[in-house]
Formats: sequence, structure tokens, C-alpha cells
Amino acid sequence: MWQRETFKKIKQIPRDEHVLPGTALCAGCGGLEALRLAAKVLGDHVVYVNAAGCFTMLAAYPYTSFKGSWLYTTMGSAPAGAQGIRDALDVLIGKGRVPKDEDVKVIVLGGDGSTYDMALSSTSGAMNRKLDFYYICYDNEAYGNTGMQLSPATPFAARTATSPCGLQHPAATIQEKKDIFEIWRAHRPPYIATVAPRYPLDLEEKFARAAAFTGPKMFLALAACPTGWLYDPGATPEVAKLAVETGLWPLKEAINGVVTHTYIPKRKPVEAYLQLQGRFRHLFEPTVQTEAIRHIQEQVDAYWRQAT
Amino acid sequence: MDSQMMTGNLAAAWGARLADVDYIPAFPITPQTEIVEALAKWCERGELAARFVSMDSEHSMMTAAGAAEVTGARVFTATSSQGLLHAFEVLYSISGWRAPLVLVNVSRALAAPITLESDHNDVLAARDAGFLQIHAETCQEVLDSILMAYRIAEDERVMLPVIVNLDGFTLSFTREPVTVPDPDTVRRYLPPFRPSHLGFTASSPHALGVAVIGGTPYAYFRHQVHLAAQNALDVHREAAESFQALFGRRYDLVEGYRLDDAEDVLVMTNAGASTGKAAVDLARAQGKRVGLLRLRVIRPWPAEAIRQALRGRRAVAVLDQNLAPGQGGILYQEVAACVYHETARPRALCSFIGGLGGQNLSAGEFHAVFEQTAQAGVTGRGCGPVLLYSAEEHREMTQLQMVAAGSVKREW
Repeated sequence: MWQRETFKKIKQIPRDEHVLPGTALCAGCGGLEALRLAAKVLGDHVVYVNAAGCFTMLAAYPYTSFKGSWLYTTMGSAPAGAQGIRDALDVLIGKGRVPKDEDVKVIVLGGDGSTYDMALSSTSGAMNRKLDFYYICYDNEAYGNTGMQLSPATPFAARTATSPCGLQHPAATIQEKKDIFEIWRAHRPPYIATVAPRYPLDLEEKFARAAAFTGPKMFLALAACPTGWLYDPGATPEVAKLAVETGLWPLKEAINGVVTHTYIPKRKPVEAYLQLQGRFRHLFEPTVQTEAIRHIQEQVDAYWRQAT
Repeated sequence: MDSQMMTGNLAAAWGARLADVDYIPAFPITPQTEIVEALAKWCERGELAARFVSMDSEHSMMTAAGAAEVTGARVFTATSSQGLLHAFEVLYSISGWRAPLVLVNVSRALAAPITLESDHNDVLAARDAGFLQIHAETCQEVLDSILMAYRIAEDERVMLPVIVNLDGFTLSFTREPVTVPDPDTVRRYLPPFRPSHLGFTASSPHALGVAVIGGTPYAYFRHQVHLAAQNALDVHREAAESFQALFGRRYDLVEGYRLDDAEDVLVMTNAGASTGKAAVDLARAQGKRVGLLRLRVIRPWPAEAIRQALRGRRAVAVLDQNLAPGQGGILYQEVAACVYHETARPRALCSFIGGLGGQNLSAGEFHAVFEQTAQAGVTGRGCGPVLLYSAEEHREMTQLQMVAAGSVKREW
């Protein structure tokens, strides 16, 4: 049974904020909430290495949301940027040109478009080289910053701007969500975790645990997205919670490849989650697409059968 | 000082070694690979106090290179051809970050068709990326240009990355005598890289490469890149003077060969210019008053030096070892633009395209170039772009086409 050791009560979460308010991101951004909570453990002695995506707007001249450093790279190579910074810091500290206490944590910030698609080779390379870095993917299950187009993180039956529903594809997206957690795990980094901001103690505990490991520390953060998933921004907490409670977004970690589920939901029917979001409305109106909904439920059930 | 025989690639590796670089992200590609192999070996043996990292692509390699440079490390890397293009978007980022690293490009023609041998479409594709470009003719110049490149790049008036280009095969794999400068003298020439304005440290955070909203800040920062590149004209002169004082060899923005009384001038770059110089000697022996202008620094564009060299000539031929389909020679366009406002400009400009993908430049072709250029000078009408292709090449190609066609019959 997985036990939290550092974060047992909500009062233990530091009150200090490291992602400053007033960003250009959408109201109700679930990804930003995940980052805000993560930063409470990561602190200010950091350099965020960003890939093109929604979070690129967190540093828009002349403002930045951070007291730490930031480098925007490209959509396909943020982990390589992390490699260059980490290596340079190691070399400069080794040669005495940077004092050891000036060292910073190197953290990649990428969306699912970058993470699942274009930067996969770069991420694979960084893990293969055992780069000592954090990777935070904020996963809103589509190319969000360009207006919600299909990505390999888009789940079956979600409607996006480039996978619309129609006579040929009444359920919209026909692909299943790519299992990036298992792709990462095949590389055997010391630490991988999924997190959801509505489970803040689980999230903080995982960032605290990750700090003990040298090497790639990989995080997949649910980023409930009112703008793209089509629900009221005020409903982000409920949507994010139901993603976990229906079993669609498993909370888990893998330490040196060994997977532990950190929260076992009682698993509400998936409809409870789907019905809240406009991207799934076509499954319920004008007629209920029973087959598609059953398929989603079966996939969840199959996952948890093998998981527990 | 004794010289030793070495390839252009090894000379490039020696340039990086003498510059005492801190970091080398690498990815293999022919004909560059020998450079990073040599550096990997030296790092492993501790002969070079740098970290060598094998990356997963040139795109990642260039990202790591730029990121390490803006963290405060002196960075060297190398690529060729498809690799340069694979990294292309990162080139613009690196110049925008004002990361003064040095990238060696070993020129190789671009696919398709896929090939290994040299022309300059790869490096000239990067001409607008904000990198400075130095194109070397000899193995010695490769080594020396890398040292000059760091000195110029890291000057606070410049702070831009530099590409040092050498031709694949003709220079990369050709051994020439090279004098390896004394490391202590190099240290006097090239002070340690200690940028005060770069780095990601706990007490001194930076936000770099950030988004801008609208054209006002965007144009400002891109203008800065342009102005810094322009500054490199003066900085290059200072770097050349200092280099000459310490090492005895002199490299200017452009190099004139037998120009003094030349009526007609042939403009070339890189190792091909050696072939051009031999052709000039041959033509001179036949009584023609011709000379050669080798463009060494391509970015910043040495407009004034080119104007001075071409002022009052009868005719000028630009022999481009590149092809912009639907346009012609890339350097021809730039030469033409910069002599337009020269009142004593040449009477005619001629454009020739040759040496594509390692294509041979024969004595006969140079003869034809000089003849056509002289004729253009007389009539005052320029010519081109002329695609050089000899009768011998035509015969060879016809044979290849017959083999390729074989006995296939098209029945649809």
C-alpha cells in the first residue's frame, strides 16, 4: 500500500507561491494549477526549459511568471536544451567557474503535442543519456495553443478541430490515447509519475520523492482545459477530479520501472466525466452513441483489471 | 614552427581543441564525422577538458549547443548538409539568444538526389539565420578561422554564433600541411570565455528566448542581430590584425588573387577557389589579364571590400557552387546588388553555376568562363546563369541514363 511520507495533511503544502499570478493563460487552466503545486516543491532555484505550447506564454516580454530562469527552445527539442544547460552547469561547476551553491534544477515544460509527438526522440535521447532533469508534461489531450487539434494524447471519441464528428466518424477521434507513461517506462528512468492537481497531496508527495533520484524524473500532469474541452472554467476542479475517479486518469508512479498505483478509485461510470465536456457531447446528443461509450468504459475496466 | 600533414576535418578538430572549448554536443554525418571522432578521443584521454555528448539528432545537438552556450560554456559543434537543415530552426534561435558558439559545416550537397559530395547549398541556406559565416579555402585556414571565429563571436560588440565552412571531400578528406599554433599563444589571442550577462544560476536568473507580442519588440531584437553582424566587419579586421601579429598569417574578409592589373575578375569561395586560382595562372600564361576574388566572410556581407575589389573592372564572373532553382546563383545576386551603386562598376556581370555535388570544374570550363566573361565585358551585356556541364559529363550521363532505362518498356 502506497503511503505518503512527506505530505500527509493539506496544511503541509507550503503557502509560498513560485508561479506568480497574472499570466496570459486561460482561466481555469488545470495545467497551470499542476505547475503551481509542483513549484511549491521545486522552488525558485530552477531553469524551466520550455517547448512551444500554451505555457510558452508564461514568459512574454517583458514579463515572466517565475523568480527562476527560463529558456524557450523549440517544439521538438526542449529536453536537448535541458541537456545543454545541465551539462554546461556541471562543466562550469567542475571547473570552478560557477559555485556549487549556484546550481539550479533543470525542468522541461512541454505540452502533450510536444511530448507525445515532436519531442519524443529528444526525450528518449535525454532519458537514454540518464540526464539529471525533471520533465513536466501538461497534458490537455490536444494541440491546445493552436486551438485544439488532434494530438496522440487525444482520447478515443474526443472531438477536436481536426478530428470532427460526422457521418464518416460519428465518434470523432478514432485513435486511442498514446501510452506515453509506458513509452517512458521502457527507458527505465528512476522516477515517473502521473499527477492530477485535484489530488494535491499526491502531487506534492511525488515531487518530493522524485527529488531523491538522480536522473530523469518524468511527470505527466493532467491539464483539464475549459477552453478546449468545452466546459465552464469554474468546473475545472470537478472535471479533473472525475478524470481520476472514473479511472480514466490513473494516479501512479514507477520507480526504476516498478509501477505502483498511488490511488485506487472506486471508478464511477465514465459518463459522469464525459457528460461534463463539450468535446464528448456528440456521444450523448442528438442520439446516445452507446457503442462508443461502452468502448471507453471497457478500456478503463481492462486497464484496471491488469493494474490491480 | 613545424607543420604536419592533416585533413581539413582534423584541422577543424584542432581548432576546437586549441580554443579550449568546454562542451561538444555531437551527431555523426558524412563528411563531418571525423571531426567529432577526433574530439571524442581527445576528451576521453583528457587531452581536451571538454564534455563530449552524443546527441539524438542535429536538431537536438544544436539545441544543446545553444543552451550550453547561454549557460556560460564555450561550445563547439559540427555538421554537414542534411544535418544543418535538420537543425535549421534552431540556428535562428541561437542567433536570437545571442549565443556566440562556433559551428563547423563541412559542405555537402543536399538531397534529392541524395549524395555525399560538396556544394554550398547547405551553408548558404543558412545565410539569413543570424550566424556569421567564414568560408575556408585550405586546411590551415580552417584551423585559423575557428580561432578567429571564437574571438569575433565572443566580442561584446558581436555576440553572435559563427559557421566556419569547409568543403566536403576536397578539403575535409584532403591532407595538407598545417601549422598547429602554440596553445600558450592561442590563450593570448583568445581570452577565456567569461560572459557576465549569460548564465542560469540561483542568484542570477535569466529569462531567455521569451515570447514577444507584436512587431515592435520583435523588430527591435532582430535589428539588434543585424547591427551586431555589421559590427563584425570591424571586429574581424581587429581579429585579423591581432592574428597576424601573433601567428604571422593574415586573413581578410575577401582575398584578391592576381587582381592588380586584372581586367576581368572571377569570384569564387571555399576550396574551389584553389582550382580557380590555377585557372587564372593558366589564363595569365596565355596573356589574359584575369584575376580571382575569393569571398571568405559571407556574413556579414563584405560589401565595401567587394566594391573596392571590383571597381573599374571590365567584367566580373561569379562562379556559384550552388543553385537557387528558378533564380540562379546565390552569391551572384549578392555581388550584383552591392556593385549597383558603384559608379565605376564593372561593365558586365556574368553568372556561372558549377561544381554541384562534387562536379568537377575542368580547365576547359574555366577557359569558357573567361572567354564568355571577356566577351560580355566587350559587349557590355552580362550572361547567365550558365549551367556548366561539359561534353564529357554529358556523355557519361547519357550512358547512365541508358543503364537506368535498361529494357524496361512502358506499357501504360
